[in-house]
Amino acid sequence: MIWRSKAWFRFSRNALSISGFVIVAAAVLLALFAPWLTPYPAEAGKFVDFAHASLPPSWHHLFGTDTIGRDVLTRVVFGFRVSLGLGVVVLALAAPVGVLLGLLAGYVGGWVEGLIMRTTDVFLALPPLVLALAVLGFLQPNLFNAMMAVTVMWWPWYTRLVYNLARSIRTEGFITAAEVIGASRSHILLREILPNCFPSILTKMTLDMGFVILIGASLSFLGLGVQPPTPDLGSMVANGAQYLPDLWWIPVFPGIAVLVLVLGFNLLGDGLRDLLDVEV
Amino acid sequence: MRSFLSYLARRLLASIGVLIGVSILIFVIARVIPGDPARIALGPTASQSQVEALRHQLYLDRPLPLQYLEFVRRLGRGDLGISLYTNRPVVQDLEAYFPATLELVLLGGLIMLVIGIPLGVLAAYFRNRWPDNAARVFALLGVATPSFVWAIFLMLLFSYAIGILPVAGQLSENLKPPPHVTGMLTVDALITGHWVVFWNAFRHMLLPSASLAMAGLGQAARLTRANMLDSYNTAYVETARAYGVAELTIARKYALRPALIPTFTVMGLDFAAMLGAAFLVEVVFNWPGVARYAVEAILHKDLNAIVGTTLVIAAFFLVVNIIVDIVVGYINPRIHIKRDSR
Repeated sequence: MIWRSKAWFRFSRNALSISGFVIVAAAVLLALFAPWLTPYPAEAGKFVDFAHASLPPSWHHLFGTDTIGRDVLTRVVFGFRVSLGLGVVVLALAAPVGVLLGLLAGYVGGWVEGLIMRTTDVFLALPPLVLALAVLGFLQPNLFNAMMAVTVMWWPWYTRLVYNLARSIRTEGFITAAEVIGASRSHILLREILPNCFPSILTKMTLDMGFVILIGASLSFLGLGVQPPTPDLGSMVANGAQYLPDLWWIPVFPGIAVLVLVLGFNLLGDGLRDLLDVEV
Repeated sequence: MRSFLSYLARRLLASIGVLIGVSILIFVIARVIPGDPARIALGPTASQSQVEALRHQLYLDRPLPLQYLEFVRRLGRGDLGISLYTNRPVVQDLEAYFPATLELVLLGGLIMLVIGIPLGVLAAYFRNRWPDNAARVFALLGVATPSFVWAIFLMLLFSYAIGILPVAGQLSENLKPPPHVTGMLTVDALITGHWVVFWNAFRHMLLPSASLAMAGLGQAARLTRANMLDSYNTAYVETARAYGVAELTIARKYALRPALIPTFTVMGLDFAAMLGAAFLVEVVFNWPGVARYAVEAILHKDLNAIVGTTLVIAAFFLVVNIIVDIVVGYINPRIHIKRDSR
């Protein structure tokens, strides 16, 4: 029982891990129920109200309003939807592909290993953002293409992780035992090795949620991701940066929101790493 | 020494392999993605014959392997093609813009080093007291905050609220840039003795460089701290103490030196990653660097410029990794590299 184990005790005593969990849970709930939880849900997307434009933070508008009168707090909360959605889609696509390739390379070996791992080296030889930019350079800037670009560059991290795990698990006694009794290669890969990789994969995915969100925000900051009027944290910062310093609240609050979101996933991931006692 | 040299040779060879791989990858990305690059470059109003002419000029009407060979052949001559947006050779554009970025990234790396490592040493010395906790919070925030958000925070604080550093740009308008030597303003100003220009350019660099350094800085501090504490727990430190070696010598030679090895490796990666973050920071500070050039190229679907910039950044990334390997190999006296054992 996990909640009676020593590791869980460590996790729950660690204020940082718990705050990470609270941040992530709060962000997910806010994103899911944004239309009911935000003060002015109608102002998230296409909306103009010049009478209430560029208002500083007040009790009516905690984060102020932007230059066309939309409530910044409302847009930040709706922005969580885009950020979290991007993270989930990218990892749901990149992780399985990377894991499968890593398993193959680590267990099968030979030229399969050489081909997969050298390809991985090439992908990891570029700063992640730069590779995503190179892909996006040839596509129309929108959320879907941004997701694809980030996915294309993210799978190698999982290949490398699972490859190293598979190589060390391969030498364990229970794999030899399975081989001796004539278990098929796919059985060994999927039923013996893969389950033993899950804790590491789960931890890496939690940590990566933060980084993927960061990259996604960076892309839309450059105008290469989500397009207006869809509320997105990165493009809100980009848009607001031109009104510095007078309308500081327009870029600063979305910026802090990205920071808190990424911090939440990092803290939760660090906590999971301790809890599951894995290296990623 | 011989093992170190053969290790170096192996690393260089592997890097060349990776660079070839990167050139294939970028080539494939540029060709496989749907859409005709010539059509994209010329826009929807160009006539079919214009598109055909550009396709021929860009070698797009040949089979893919031939296109790649042509691409490599031109690359070997230092020819990255003509930028379809600026109408100049891409190499010329990169030469004009790269020094400004390099300058920014170099200062960023320096900030990371001279603040990050001492911060880690302090944190290790005052472990679990307030300097340690401050370093910990700093590290967490540093990694979690996007560089463009750091840029905006630092700009608000130092340029507007306190008002001691310039808001944006590379040099104040009333100053003339120094004669062109390296293209890096601060370096050129130093070489040619333009002290006022140097100081002005340096002040313009501080905020963007600091924004770039933030992500790696905290991490460097954390790593230095953890590794120093690890090495304090070893038998050789105990032995040194038993021999009566001075505490400061122990800290410097036996605790810090081994702690720097893993720290440098990670910092090398962080340093190279600054090139990615530079894309964002240059936009905020209106910095005339290669990243801003690339963003323009992407927005204008300027094929040659995108390919060229990506290649240059990849090459830089690899060079930094090799330098890190050399530095780490140099400070690690027992470097012996395990062959990939299977």
